[in-house]
Amino acid sequence: MTTASSADHPTRRDFLFVATGAVAAVGAAATVWPLVSQMNPDASTIAAGAPIEVDLTPIAEGQDIKVFWRGKPIYISHRTKKQIDEARKVPVASLPDPQSDEARVKPGHDQWLVVVGICTHLGCIPIAHEGAYDGFFCPCHGSVYDTSGRIRQGPAPSNLAVPPYTFVSDTKIQIG
Amino acid sequence: MSGPSDFQPTNPALKWIERRLPIMGLMHSSFVAYPTPRNLNYWWTFGAILSMMLGVQILTGVILAMHYTPHADLAFKSVELIVRDVNYGWLLRNIHASGASMFFFAVYIHMFRGLYYGSYKEPREVLWILGVIIYLLMMATGFMGYVLPWGQMSFWGATVITNLFSAVPYFGESIVTLLWGGYAVGNPTLNRFFSLHYLLPFVIAGVVVLHIWALHVAGQNNPAGVEAKTEKDTVPFTPYATIKDAFGVSCFMLFFAWFIFYMPNYLGDAENYIPANPAVTPAHIVPEWYYLPFYAILRSIPNKLAGVIAMFGAIIILAFLPWLDSAKTRSSKYRPLAKQFFWMFVVVCIGLGYLGAQPPEGIYVIVGRILTIAYFAYFLILLPLLSRIEKPRPVPNSIADDVLAKSGGKAASMVSSVIALMVAGGLLLGGAESARAAEGSTKPPAQNWSFAGPVGKFDRGALQRGLKVYKEVCSSCHGLSFVAFRNLAESGGPGYSVAQAQAFASEYKVKDGPNDQGDMFERPGRPADYFPSPFPNEQAARAANGGAFPPDLSLITKARSYGRGFPMFLIDFFTQYQEQGPDYVAALLQGYEDKPPAGVTLPEGSYYNKYFPGHAIKMPKPLNDGQVTFDDGSPATVAQYSKDVTTFLMWAAEPHMEARKALGLQVFVFLILLTVLLYFTKKKVWANAH
Repeated sequence: MTTASSADHPTRRDFLFVATGAVAAVGAAATVWPLVSQMNPDASTIAAGAPIEVDLTPIAEGQDIKVFWRGKPIYISHRTKKQIDEARKVPVASLPDPQSDEARVKPGHDQWLVVVGICTHLGCIPIAHEGAYDGFFCPCHGSVYDTSGRIRQGPAPSNLAVPPYTFVSDTKIQIG
Repeated sequence: MSGPSDFQPTNPALKWIERRLPIMGLMHSSFVAYPTPRNLNYWWTFGAILSMMLGVQILTGVILAMHYTPHADLAFKSVELIVRDVNYGWLLRNIHASGASMFFFAVYIHMFRGLYYGSYKEPREVLWILGVIIYLLMMATGFMGYVLPWGQMSFWGATVITNLFSAVPYFGESIVTLLWGGYAVGNPTLNRFFSLHYLLPFVIAGVVVLHIWALHVAGQNNPAGVEAKTEKDTVPFTPYATIKDAFGVSCFMLFFAWFIFYMPNYLGDAENYIPANPAVTPAHIVPEWYYLPFYAILRSIPNKLAGVIAMFGAIIILAFLPWLDSAKTRSSKYRPLAKQFFWMFVVVCIGLGYLGAQPPEGIYVIVGRILTIAYFAYFLILLPLLSRIEKPRPVPNSIADDVLAKSGGKAASMVSSVIALMVAGGLLLGGAESARAAEGSTKPPAQNWSFAGPVGKFDRGALQRGLKVYKEVCSSCHGLSFVAFRNLAESGGPGYSVAQAQAFASEYKVKDGPNDQGDMFERPGRPADYFPSPFPNEQAARAANGGAFPPDLSLITKARSYGRGFPMFLIDFFTQYQEQGPDYVAALLQGYEDKPPAGVTLPEGSYYNKYFPGHAIKMPKPLNDGQVTFDDGSPATVAQYSKDVTTFLMWAAEPHMEARKALGLQVFVFLILLTVLLYFTKKKVWANAH
């Protein structure tokens, strides 16, 4: 159990105590792992969070729909020419969270805005087509987003998040 | 014993707190400076073991409650999903389920220790009675916890136990209705049992605090049964008792881990892997092993009310023990007669436990009655009588004298008591097992399974072939509803890639919806989907199968078992043999005979199967040579099909089996190291105390 000589009693004892304490501490730490890990999403929840496909054909210009992916509302807006122009006219540098509209949509699909409909302030759901910028308005604490989902007024610190998505075809997207 | 503490923190912040709430002083006087008799043996570590078990059960229980759904339609499935999908869910469930057994195992040793050493005698009567209250609370908690998985034994155990109260004259039926919250055991019953199962452990914890308080007022009893008088008789709790308890706890955890990682179903009943069915009672209703002695007493009395009174009386009588046994000498070490009768009493209790698991017929009833009388006679006749006529041997003057008088042979007695303990425990634990041995159908031959034993793994080829057999043959009648397509790509499974699992899933049509028009529609399966069941409900399944209900196969290898008989079930504990279910399933698939033996007539629409209980099975011979073609060139024989599909179904029943065994190995290496270190540390600490 020890390398110390038998004459060296104090060292030998200390080594034993430290070794036992250290092994017990490692065991305690290892025990915590499964007890905490179990709180993460379970396998069925992760599997249910697989990508979803959304057909865009029923969404007329100027309309938007809300779909759910991983328990989060995703807004899909079919923007009008006017809405796109408004979003692109604003000098990017003047925005609280500077980001160009082009960076928030897929190239060639400028009319489609896909954003996570969760206010970046404290998680409420903003209302579409409301607020001073014809974008989104969060009723909880008055954050106002523009037609590109960028924060313009209020306490929210950043723009509405853009979820990972791709265009499978011109009329179909896959979110996730 | 624990007088005012001289504990004084030096840190100013701690000082500030201590003046206002002397909690550190309380901890110090209770668990550091507290004088503990220096002659305590390892039976005394079970107090610490029980404290640990209570903590483990509360911790794992609180966690399981985060994932469990207390609803009659969802409870069974939610428990299965905990085991299959929650991270380490199988571990937490195994800990909690075998933890209940370990808790009772430890409490019985704790109680027998108190009985042997007279720990209930003056001035420790209240301490003892608090212990009896804890035990009663434990029984209630354990029973209600067993109901929660909502399997067949859960349901019928709940029915039988709640019906005990119907024996109460005049109010019986009303009390039972009150307990059920309905006309029968059902969803309201499950809900309230869940609530109470969550509540009672905290009540137990509260009574445990009182138990320890009373202990620290009266001081611990000890093997000599003489009170500590001088400083020389005691050692401070820390480090002496702490390190000894830590070593005891560590040894116990080794025993505990054996069940958690290698024998998780050894103590359970296979029947409880069948979802609760209010229309069918299992052939043998057997309570968990820790209730068996009382169950035997209940069944020994041919009158309903008297039986219930006797059963509860058998527990309540313990509370009167301090007055039934009035002998002045505490420890049975110095009571030659009491000592012998104590061991006889232990045998009576184990005997009752064994009988509790046997069918209530013939010789078992008679022996049960004799042992019931012996049980009560021990308390009501023997102990009062002994305290008057027995001439005890002289007790040592002091604990210090007792320690000095002790010579060698200590290790030998320790070894013999451990062996006695293991045999006794094994007998009691195996009691439930032997009930099934008596059922009298042909025993399936034990086979060599790749997944058996401590390092067993699934044979990937067999899993893939088994899946093919299931898909092409079994799935036309049997569902596999707890298995998702994604599971096929998980580690420890058939070894398919995610893409292969996806492709496999897309071959199935899965019902989904409603869509925007409110209609249900069919779409190709996805990895997250579960294997679709061949019939929409039980009625449809029965209608299509001549009245028989083809069971879901997700858990079939765990839900079927057969008795191994004495002494096999004891040997199985050490060899980790757990494959009764697979043995049975594989044997059943090959057990068909074209013509029943002479003299056996089969009911219409039944087939003769050697291994099916009762031999008349409604399922026609499902497998024939050449029916399924394997790509890997394995023989297309019934024997091969049976073995492969059984392996696949074993995986379906426990997809994390390989993870369980792998983690078990790591835990064992760790625990052995820790136990060895604790042993030497304990020796070092105690070196100057002996």
